[in-house]
Formats: sequence, C-alpha cells, structure tokens
Amino acid sequence: MEKVLTVEYQKCTGCRLCELVCAVMHDGISNPARSRIKIVKWEEEGQYVPMICQQCEDAPCKNVCPVGAISRDVDYGFLTIDHTLCIGCRSCVSVCPFGAMNYNQIDKKVFKCDLCGGQPQCVRFCDMKAVDFVAADNMTVKKKRNAATRLYASQKHATAIQEQI
Amino acid sequence: MALDRKIAYINLSTGKIETRPIPIEIRKKFLGGRGLDAYLLYNHAPKGCDPLGPDNPLMISGGILTATCASATARTHIMAKSPLTGLLGSANMGGFFAPEMAWAGFHHLVITGKANSPVYIWIHNGRIEIRDAAYLWGKSTTETQWAIREELGDEDIKSAVIGQAGENLVRYANVMTGIKNAAGRTGMGAVMGSKNLKAVAVRGTMDIKIAHPVDALEYNKRFIEGITSAKVNSTQGALGTPFIWGATNSWGGLRTRNFQYNQMEYADDIEPERLDEIAIETMGPYHMTGCFGCQVHCRAQYKIPSGPYAGKYDEGPEYTSQGAFGAEPDCRKAETVLTGNHLVNQYGVDNLEIGSMIAWAMELYELGIITNKETDGLDLRFGNDEALLEMVHRICLRKGWLGDVLADGGIPASEKIGKNSFEYLIQVKGMSNLHSDERGTPGLALNIATASRGSDHLRSRPAIDLYHLPEKIMRKIYSNPIPYDGPLSSEHTDYEGKPWQVFWHQNCFMAVDCLGICKYHTVFLGATLPNFEDWPKVIYYNTGLEFTPVELWEIAERCNNLERLFNLREGLTRNDLIKGDMLNHRYFDEPTRRGAPDVVGRTIDRQKFKKMVDEFYNHCGWDKQGVPTSGTMERLGLNQEPSHLL
Repeated sequence: MEKVLTVEYQKCTGCRLCELVCAVMHDGISNPARSRIKIVKWEEEGQYVPMICQQCEDAPCKNVCPVGAISRDVDYGFLTIDHTLCIGCRSCVSVCPFGAMNYNQIDKKVFKCDLCGGQPQCVRFCDMKAVDFVAADNMTVKKKRNAATRLYASQKHATAIQEQI
Repeated sequence: MALDRKIAYINLSTGKIETRPIPIEIRKKFLGGRGLDAYLLYNHAPKGCDPLGPDNPLMISGGILTATCASATARTHIMAKSPLTGLLGSANMGGFFAPEMAWAGFHHLVITGKANSPVYIWIHNGRIEIRDAAYLWGKSTTETQWAIREELGDEDIKSAVIGQAGENLVRYANVMTGIKNAAGRTGMGAVMGSKNLKAVAVRGTMDIKIAHPVDALEYNKRFIEGITSAKVNSTQGALGTPFIWGATNSWGGLRTRNFQYNQMEYADDIEPERLDEIAIETMGPYHMTGCFGCQVHCRAQYKIPSGPYAGKYDEGPEYTSQGAFGAEPDCRKAETVLTGNHLVNQYGVDNLEIGSMIAWAMELYELGIITNKETDGLDLRFGNDEALLEMVHRICLRKGWLGDVLADGGIPASEKIGKNSFEYLIQVKGMSNLHSDERGTPGLALNIATASRGSDHLRSRPAIDLYHLPEKIMRKIYSNPIPYDGPLSSEHTDYEGKPWQVFWHQNCFMAVDCLGICKYHTVFLGATLPNFEDWPKVIYYNTGLEFTPVELWEIAERCNNLERLFNLREGLTRNDLIKGDMLNHRYFDEPTRRGAPDVVGRTIDRQKFKKMVDEFYNHCGWDKQGVPTSGTMERLGLNQEPSHLL
C-alpha cells in the first residue's frame, strides 16, 4: 500500500529534531545542511512550517533531468536519484517548486527525501505528529472529520438558538 | 566528530583571534560546557579582576554532546566573573545557539579585552570576524537578531545578544537568543556590555560525525520515550514551568511581598490556564514551542491582549515571571505578567533579579525606608501594577535615582539606600533568591545557601524532596553511582540526609551542564528521569569516548571544586552574609505565616542549619571553612591548578 508524508504545520513546535535524525539516519552525521526536511520559521510570530518533498506525480525534477537519473520507486512511490547516472548539473534543484531537492556542497551531490525506505525517521521522532506518514488513499480523512466537526457543531448551535426563539 | 570542535580566543582590544583544538586529556577531565568553562575561568581570570574590566574573560560554550544525536542538547553556557556578586558568574540558556556554533566549528569561546566601539563577533564555518555594531546599539534583543540576519543575508543565523540593559551595564542584564531564551543569572549581559560586545552571531554547515549513528539514533528514541512519558514532562509540555505555580502556592512555598508571606492570595488569577484564557483572542489556545531537538517543548507562546503592547508576540511566561510580576510585587493582573515578561525579554534583563529588586524596594517603601523623594514621586506600593512596570523601564534605562541604584544590584543598592535596608534583602552571595520560600524545606534552604553562583535553584536543588518519595526509591536514586548508606528522609521538613541529597544534585546538575543537555532531562523535577547510569551510553554512541558512571561523577566533583576554588580565591568565606554560604536572618527569625499545616509557622533552625552545612562540606571533601582539603585536591587532580593547558 502506498503511503505519503503529510504535514500539519500548526502542530510543529519548531524543535528541528526531524532535521537532526534525517541527517543521522542517511549520513551518520549531525548537520541540518544534510537534512531532507527543513523547518521554515517565522520566529517573531511563533509559526513554524516543516517543508518536505511532495513526491509529485508529474515531477519537475524527474522531467528536467537530462540523463534520466530520477525515477519512481515501485514499492513506496517516492522519487529516487541514481547517482551512477547523475552528472551533478543541479537542474532538478533549480526547477523544484518546493525547494525539496537539495545540494550537498561537501559531497557535491544532490539529495532528496526517500521516505527512509518506508520508515521515515522524521515521523518516528515527532511526538506532535506535525509530520505523519499515512495511506495515500486515505490522506484526507482527518481533514474531512475536522471540517465535518465544525459543521456539525455549528448546526447544533444553530438548532439550540432556534429552540430558544 | 564532536571532539574536533575547537576553542577560539578572541581579544577585542587587539583584534587578535586564535583557534586551537581541545586536547582529549582536557575533555576527559572536564568534558565541556560549564565544567570546561570553569577550568577556563580559573585559568584566565586574574585574581581580583574588575568584572566589568577588560581582563574579565567571557566564556561562551556548548557541551560535549551539543548538536549530536542525543536528546535536547540545546544549552548554551556563559561564564565570567560576575558583576553582580563579584564571585562566580554562570548562566545557561536553551534555544538553537550552541548547536549552530558547533556546526560552525566551535565548542568554546574565550572573549577578553574591550572594543573601542560597539562590535559583534561573526562566526561562520571555522572563520571568525569582528564586525561593526554601531547600528545595533540601542536595539532590543529581538531587533538585534533580525538586523544581523538582514545584514548578512542569512535567515538561519543564530545570535546571542544583549539588549539595552546589557548596554547600560545593569548588573543583572542577561544574554539572550531567540524570543525568550535567556542566560539569565549573574549579569553576563553586563559583561558583554562592558566589552562593547553587542552580539555573537553564528552559522555553520560543518559535519559532526556521530561515532555509532545507528546506536545513537535508537538510544535517543528510547531516551525520548522515557523523558516524554514522565508525567512531569507531559504537564510541562502543555503548560510550561507555570504548572508548578498552583501547587507551590497551596503548600506555602511561594515567596510573596518580598519575604512577608509564603503564599499569594490571588495566585489563581495568574495560573497558566488563566493566562491562556486572556491571550486566546490573540494567539489561539495554548501553543508550545521547543528548543533544539527537544520533545518536552516547555515554552508557551502568546500575544499580549491589551495595553500599550497589545498584539506583541512573546514566549513564556515562566514561573519566574509569574513570581516577578505576580507574587513578589503582589500584583494580580494576568496582563501585567504577560507585559512584564515581554519587557524583560526585550531589554535583556534577568526577570528573577529585577522582580526581587522591585519587590524589595516596595517593602522598603511601605516601611518608609525609601520615600517619594527616592522614587521621584512614584507610588511604589505593593499591588501597583503601573509602578511595577515603570520600575522595569527605569532600571533597564537607569532612569531616576532609584532606577539607577537598583540597576547595580542588591548589595550596592543597600549601601546607597542605607538605614536597615540590607536586612530586608533576600539574597545569598549578592544574588536574589528564586520566588520560592525555603523556610519549610531545610534541604532547599541548604541548596540556595551553598549554590556556587549565589541563591539559586538550578545548581543543587533536591526538588523531588517535595514528592515525599518512599525511602526505597530515594535510596535507589541517591545511592548511585556512589554507594550511600547514611540517613535519608522522605519528609521535606526534616534536616536529616538533606546534605547528601544537595551534594548528589550538585554533581548531577554539573554533569548535565557539562554534557550540554537540559535539566528537565534529568532528576530535577522528575524522579525517574535519566542520570549517571544512562549518560555513559549516550556519550559513547555519539562521541566514542568511554566513561563509567563513577568517572562521570568524579568529573562533576572536579568541576564543582574548581568553581569552589574560584569563589574562595575571590573572597568567599563561610558565614559572610554578603559573600558566604549564609542565609538572610529572616529565614531563621521570621516564621512563615501561611501554607499547609506542616509548613506554616516554620523557620530554619540555626543550629541544625549549621550542622547541615558541616555535613555538606564533609560530603564535598571540604574542611569546616568550606575549603577543599589537600586530600580532595589530590584525589581530583586539582593540586596543579591553575595549570594553563588551554
């Protein structure tokens, strides 16, 4: 079953543990510059937004690659880079609309989210579940229930007012 | 590797900058963070130096685990000789500064000299530069941080800065990073101000190789589960430190009206739930934010709902701001707590010290020791919210006679105010106490009397003493890693066994300060949290260095003894009311007026207190005067200090 990463940024506390464990899991190194996920902050307003790769269906990074080094993983559906083919032109970095294709200047390589091969560490370590890993055919269920709860509550409220009148 | 992070020596008078590796032998003796800073202070501060003079070295550091794959390694430590106490100056803050400094290549900075005009230090991937800060002078703590990012064109820069309080050499000005992370105590901001140093800005993308990454990751996961499952931390993660407010007040441990009461009548009006309620229109329901890598996320977020600062965003308030702007001045408006907290964060001043200073002045005003002449007509009664906030401005800007006098701290102020004002000053070693009352808890009283940086709860407080834990559990905690079969009492009003608890926590807290992790991740408020048994694994997985729990304990002892040696060198004597391990007479003479049945009517017994101090010294390996014995010096390898190896 295909699963996708989702973000509920209102839950994020801005601690950046996801950035740390992402880099340690992939490279055995602590360095946010090696992280696939990044928390973008508005510190003076206390707002934090985790930015991740969306694994686009019609993926600009895949489309732009001149040597066909980017392909889709058959099991998990994420986009993956074949470094034996990659020529390091960084066109994918330029074209990604989310800034999710990164360039590591130490190793001189582009890198992106590979869902940790099916067990994303950012999700595993985030106890707020600001990032989550959910079934692709089921990803809007929580949003629907939240919206429905609001509708339901306001309907009950309206009925109560009508009864008072 | 974490171990290849360097130390930099920066002389602001000459502009000379030197970087050196930190030898592994030094690491094995002092680890890093506060412990290694204590070594640097003892070696680099000339005896008797002026705390606000160019000779006073200012240390800024991260711990040995900073930015590794351990949990909550966010703490930045700052040390120098204190302009508030004339003794050890040491303060610690969360946020993101120390990890960024580690990714920029450094664990320790030693800053000496004085710049001719305002400067800031810019550290980027191993390079260090001293830059002009004339345009930053006069800016608030947050304005300064955003302006540096703007100037250098990088939004990921982290800065440790001072506000106007530090510029004006308020002797309890702090150093801040982010919105409210403050290295609050002992006036480290004034030391920066005296050097014309407005900020230290860091940014790094240098690798820190983890020695055993898979083990480090998995152990961190288990570690975090243990930490977040502790009830004390889940509550803290929902309400922040104000979660202890109600309980502290109801049993009678809340210092109120300077020291007149130990319980606040209107405490419910400034409970965290109430603060949330009044800020809900502006910010939404309680939202919490965390320091680097921490899943406790204990900082609340809010926007001020009304008044001249309506709509301003800030973080907190902590318990200390509730005390400073609630219980101490006996003000009951929740808006005052939120506004006061915002002002101290913007000015960059220790909320705890300024709250105590103003409450002390309020008591003196009500007693007639100071009058409208000294206050320039300000009606400085208890419960006057406007006067309280006005005094914050006056102190930070050194406005008016009283503002200027209180900005110098309690001891010098008591000399200028005269009469018997000193008798009402609740301080140890020249530093004000936390907004707590220790008359019903001898163990906590011993802690504030003997803490190395003055009256303080974060150096050795056995806070879990208040939980009345079964003796079996206490024995399990306090008999590790060093066997202990002396007395231990579950009763917080007892005197027996408390010296060992204070000694144990003194070593425990020193160890976490050397590692660079937060005290909410050890035995401070939660009895089940990690301690000496757990840290050797974390250190090994992340750095490859091997220690036993007993070796870590010895390192903590060594570092605590270095702090002691520094204090003794700068004039600490056991029973001195200004520079000693001694409490204000009110602890011994004035019984508590309120509180639970086992707390009301209590004082600290002088004879029993003296016996506790004797026992505590004995555990520490110090003689009756509190001086480390030659045996202790030899055992800890300190008889060659200062050894000038770094």
